[in-house]
Amino acid sequence: MSAAAALDPVVREAPERPSGLWSDAWRRLRRNRAAVVAAVILLVLSALAVFSPWIPGLQDPTAQDLALGATAPSAAHWFGTDELGRDTFVRTIYGGRISLLVGLIGTLVSLLIGVSYGAVSGYMGGKIDEAMMRFVDILYSLPYIFLVILLLVFFSRSLVMLFIALGLVQWLTMARIVRGQVLSLKNQPFVEAARALGARNRSIIFRHIVPNTLGPVIVYTTLTVPAVILQEAFLSFLGLGVQPPNASWGTLVSDGAKLLALFPWLVIFPGIALSVTLLCFNFLGDGLRDALDPHDRQDVS
Amino acid sequence: MFTFVVRRVLLFIPTLWVIATLTFFMMRLAPGGPFQSEKDIPKAALEQLQKQYGLDQPLGVQYSRFLGNALRLDFGPSYKFPAREVREIIFDSFPVSLELGAWALLLSILIGVPIGMFAALKQNTAADYGAMGLALAGVSIPNFVLGPVLVLTLSLGVFVFPPALWQGPASRVLPVLTLSTAYIAYIARLTRAGMLDVLHQDYIRTAYAKGLPERVVIFKHALKLGILPVVSYIGPAAARVIMGSIVVESIFAIPGLGRHLVNGAFNRDYTLVMGVVLFYAAFLMVLNLIVDIAYTWLDPRVELA
Repeated sequence: MSAAAALDPVVREAPERPSGLWSDAWRRLRRNRAAVVAAVILLVLSALAVFSPWIPGLQDPTAQDLALGATAPSAAHWFGTDELGRDTFVRTIYGGRISLLVGLIGTLVSLLIGVSYGAVSGYMGGKIDEAMMRFVDILYSLPYIFLVILLLVFFSRSLVMLFIALGLVQWLTMARIVRGQVLSLKNQPFVEAARALGARNRSIIFRHIVPNTLGPVIVYTTLTVPAVILQEAFLSFLGLGVQPPNASWGTLVSDGAKLLALFPWLVIFPGIALSVTLLCFNFLGDGLRDALDPHDRQDVS
Repeated sequence: MFTFVVRRVLLFIPTLWVIATLTFFMMRLAPGGPFQSEKDIPKAALEQLQKQYGLDQPLGVQYSRFLGNALRLDFGPSYKFPAREVREIIFDSFPVSLELGAWALLLSILIGVPIGMFAALKQNTAADYGAMGLALAGVSIPNFVLGPVLVLTLSLGVFVFPPALWQGPASRVLPVLTLSTAYIAYIARLTRAGMLDVLHQDYIRTAYAKGLPERVVIFKHALKLGILPVVSYIGPAAARVIMGSIVVESIFAIPGLGRHLVNGAFNRDYTLVMGVVLFYAAFLMVLNLIVDIAYTWLDPRVELA
């Protein structure tokens, strides 16, 4: 009884301890200039994507001006116009809306599946763990894009299907990371304490263990968003992703590539927007990893 | 070693079985069939078509026949082009994709590894930051953006290389470059990290202390371990190269397997898509086995069990 009482504060204090880690990480991240610049660019892009319907002049990506046709970049149309006279700048911003949304939702789906799956697998251990991980291995050996293509071929090519398909193939690495973390955490005293206090498996996994895996999960999430955006763009480039009238950066590049010799700006600007976004996410992910992972830090110093 | 190979080969069977079963039932669950779009065909003709493809049989019969045929790489005729067997299409177009992919992978190792080593040896200098910044940019530029840009500059701008098709050595340059840039960059990053890990180890210090020339220490002692992350990346890289080659083949109008996969996806050509997917899955598993064997050869600390 006195042992339980002695262990109790450990459980209570568990959420306190990481705050040191977080403020440390935050300080380190702020010192990483590339990561800060990347974060600022991403914030600006996201703000543009979110608020564009309320910004005058950016309201209608489908507004046509057939008399104008395709024009090279000018003061009136910064990124030029396409063959229907649509403004490429506005189209690029609205493409970003779709691309970022797909990236976000696909990542959330993968996060939900991956974290739960990995945590349960690692915590259960034994035969269950082995079977669950074997299944992950099998899915790994199938190039994930094929699974997406199969899903999109056999079912519909709707936006919702795209979210599901992309989320469904992205959770594997997340599950492995979380499982590894859980394996190393589950025998820690604070878990034993929670168990001694009569906490059930479910609450141990999701209230005590999962919050402690947040560091690597955040890092990997930052790297999953660009991966999902890239895959959406890849599928859209092939014509399997976002369907008209919606347009993402991938569809814009794809449409532009057909008219490459005539109107190169139709490829170049959406292409730059996509590449810069991916680059910023990668820089931010790298920066977060350096900030949150003490192991790497020792190597650098 | 022998038992390891046997065990791995035996594991292929359940893995391929799961994949085959998944695709088979996904295909049967899918709303609408491949013939659905041709609405005006008479009922008798539809039944004839269904019979020809064995779709009139009970599901169990279809399934077991499918598995049996898949074992012999026989996926039946293409749904869209009934005159052609899926196997024939695969065997015709795979060599093209293989050549494209092999060049891309080879190029990424031959260029990526030296860049990574260079960056590791100049750690935390401007050269290191420059190389790694470029590498991150290389990782971030999607190949379907890079491809058109390369065509625009090197083909339409100054005509150095043909913008499309797969005829003659010059036509190989742009597709291979488009496909390999991301992997050059990624392998450079991996090599740098691997070399940095190794260069701080005791046996490297010992090698220097013995008075060995730097060249020997780096190439003979450090590289052998430092390159391990790259070796284990070759498996996933091959999977990604295959995926990338789908896009590259469609940009440059290359008659490879990837283009058939995309066309099959558009035409809802079920047999073709399933055949290609199963073929690639088996191919990748064999490749991964070879990579694992190469890994133990490089790193004797790893035991194959």
